[in-house]
Amino acid sequence: MGGHSATGLLRPGVDPLGSAFAALLGLSLLALPLMTTRPNRIAAGTGLTAWSALPSGAVLLLGGVVALGLPLLALRAAPPLRLAAAAAILLLLGLSAGWAADHLTLPGDRYGRVSPDAGWWLAFATAALAVGDGLARLRPGPILRIALLALLVGATGLALRTGFWNNLSVLREYASRSDTFGRELRTHAVLALTSVAAAAALGIPAAILARPVPALRTGLLATLNVVQTIPSMALFGMLIAPLAWIGRAVPGAAALGIAGIGAAPAFVALLAYALLPVAAATVAGLDAVPWPVRDAARGVGMTARQRLLQVELPLALPAILTGIRIVLVQNIGLAVIAGLVGGGGLGVFVFQGISQNAGDLVLLGALPTVAMATGAAVLLDAVVDLSRGRAAERVP
Amino acid sequence: MIDLAQVSRVFEGRTVVADVTLRVEAGTILTVVGTSGSGKTTLLRMINRLIEPSTGTIQIAGRDIRDVPPHLLRRGIGYAIQGHGLFPHRTVAENIAVVPKLLDWDRGRIAARVDELLSLFNLDPAAYRDRLPAALSGGEQQRIGVARALAAEPPILLMDEPFGALDPIIRGRAQEDLRTIQQRYNTTIVLVTHDMDEALHLGHRIAVMDAGRLVQEAPPADLLGAPATAFVGTLLGSGDRAFQLMALRVVDDLVEPGPAPGPPIPAGTSVRAALAESLWSRRPALPVSRDGVILGRVTRAALEAQGGRP
Ligand SMILES: Nc1ncnc2c1ncn2[C@@H]1O[C@H](COP(=O)(O)OP(=O)(O)OP(=O)(O)O)[C@@H](O)[C@H]1O
Ligand SMILES: [Mg+2]
Repeated sequence: MGGHSATGLLRPGVDPLGSAFAALLGLSLLALPLMTTRPNRIAAGTGLTAWSALPSGAVLLLGGVVALGLPLLALRAAPPLRLAAAAAILLLLGLSAGWAADHLTLPGDRYGRVSPDAGWWLAFATAALAVGDGLARLRPGPILRIALLALLVGATGLALRTGFWNNLSVLREYASRSDTFGRELRTHAVLALTSVAAAAALGIPAAILARPVPALRTGLLATLNVVQTIPSMALFGMLIAPLAWIGRAVPGAAALGIAGIGAAPAFVALLAYALLPVAAATVAGLDAVPWPVRDAARGVGMTARQRLLQVELPLALPAILTGIRIVLVQNIGLAVIAGLVGGGGLGVFVFQGISQNAGDLVLLGALPTVAMATGAAVLLDAVVDLSRGRAAERVP
Repeated sequence: MIDLAQVSRVFEGRTVVADVTLRVEAGTILTVVGTSGSGKTTLLRMINRLIEPSTGTIQIAGRDIRDVPPHLLRRGIGYAIQGHGLFPHRTVAENIAVVPKLLDWDRGRIAARVDELLSLFNLDPAAYRDRLPAALSGGEQQRIGVARALAAEPPILLMDEPFGALDPIIRGRAQEDLRTIQQRYNTTIVLVTHDMDEALHLGHRIAVMDAGRLVQEAPPADLLGAPATAFVGTLLGSGDRAFQLMALRVVDDLVEPGPAPGPPIPAGTSVRAALAESLWSRRPALPVSRDGVILGRVTRAALEAQGGRP
């Protein structure tokens, strides 16, 4: 059919990246098991291929969409077509997981587990990459990217709310922990956000003050660099003793939740990791303000404070926001470790799952973490673009 | 209006401006010329305290400028920076409005002033007001830089090669506009330029700098009539009739064998252009090449001798 498409929409030749996507998708769906079934949450599983895991209607639908979509990815189709193909495959994989779970779950069985297997994960990851690639080729503006993210979050939320995936093993785990999940999710988000906010509140002013003094500047960046190289587990460990001491020795500290274990060491460690990237980004952003612009700000009679607030910081803003984006994504991931030191967060499920050898429980902690980090990355990238917008080259 | 008394500036042990004493009368234009690196910009920037003199004093209207906080001093002195220095994140209108805003003018007055200045520089306010500097040509950016310096109607203007990026026609018009503004507001202007014609045309007086020293400071007629040194004479040469003839002759006949330093000039270069290159690059002789092959050299003496021939 492809040969009859309008020129422009489909040009002759092969797209190298798209072919790799198509090959991976085909391989994962044909050669690897799509789903796994297990008699209970910790038993060994049995892999099932797509055609045995899905009801026959779904097999036809998935097969049809993949058969239409893969050539569009592999050949040199126009970006909107590639994006549509990749998005359709991604959507259908999401639906397939729910259909397969319903199909494979025996009525009334409360212990059996159905979960995605290697084929599904590989296909899903590849389709997600292909969607990302299609989007990148279309270069959507920041507002559109935020809107697409909101649409995706809304659609996923709706599917979860209507119970579409309820027979999947991850949601079975959720069902037995729905009372604590919301709380740990909130703790996780609060830990990541407040540690980054505190790092910005401390790191940006520190960088502004230290930057003009060579000794202070190198000292600040070197110190933070050392902190950055301490492995996260070790840093959490190192904080336990001093914070326990503060909790005991300083009146009122314990009442604020400062203790050797719990949220305090987790918060302090996350803050410590976030400081260097934020401070370094601020220094780099301010360094990049062109000298003639700085000079002109002095020449027109701005005070040091006016120069900083009206000229230097606005021009450094995209760089500073990029630093904040990096640490926010980093800290959403690192906050998992708070689960180890009693600080709560999604890490609680991850480490419980590891100790119980229950992979589904690990996923209950890991999947929302990955989703949160990805969402934060997309959102802040768009914000960085918006902040850059005004100074960028733009001819009306 | 502006008084410099024995002003010097040393950078890292090197005297860049040496013992300059100079007075600019209120309501006059002083143009400053000199070779690249002779200290013109440094001299200019000492007047608004962007650079502090190493020794000597500067007074404005009888008051030592060190007695005024630098940012307040600068708000009263328009400064057109060499190479415009516009704020890239602000629109054309916002750039022009910077000083009036710092001086707390009301919005209506600022908007009217922005449009007035844009029209003055032949830029349609409706089309240019909301553009960012990146969306302007080099010449337009430079005009906005000058407009920003003029915005608050300062009694003193410091201009560092303000018209360098403009083509000859627009440059001529910009010079006329500057004269009109200067007469209307009785502004005192110090203007640095590389263009001797511009210096003679605009300046009530002309200051010639050479290696940090002020070698002559006089009205155009006196300078033309009695150049204080040979250096002033040669700098001036490019503006007079003999040199206009030199623009028509080429260097090819003057090439002699022998070495010369620096990058070569191509055969077919005019005598005037070659002499200018020799003066600005401070080389007594220039290599001449054709198709990448060095033919020989021309000496400044040979070039200058052409100026005397009818
Ligand atoms: N901040 C500084 N530190 C060290 N040297 C400097 C500094 N500023 C200027 N100089 C030196 O002082 C000399 C005079 O510089 P200046 O900018 O005043 O020259 P100019 O006459 O304006 O030259 P041009 O015509 O090329 O603009 C130059 O040799 C320059 O390298
Ligand atoms: Mg200069």
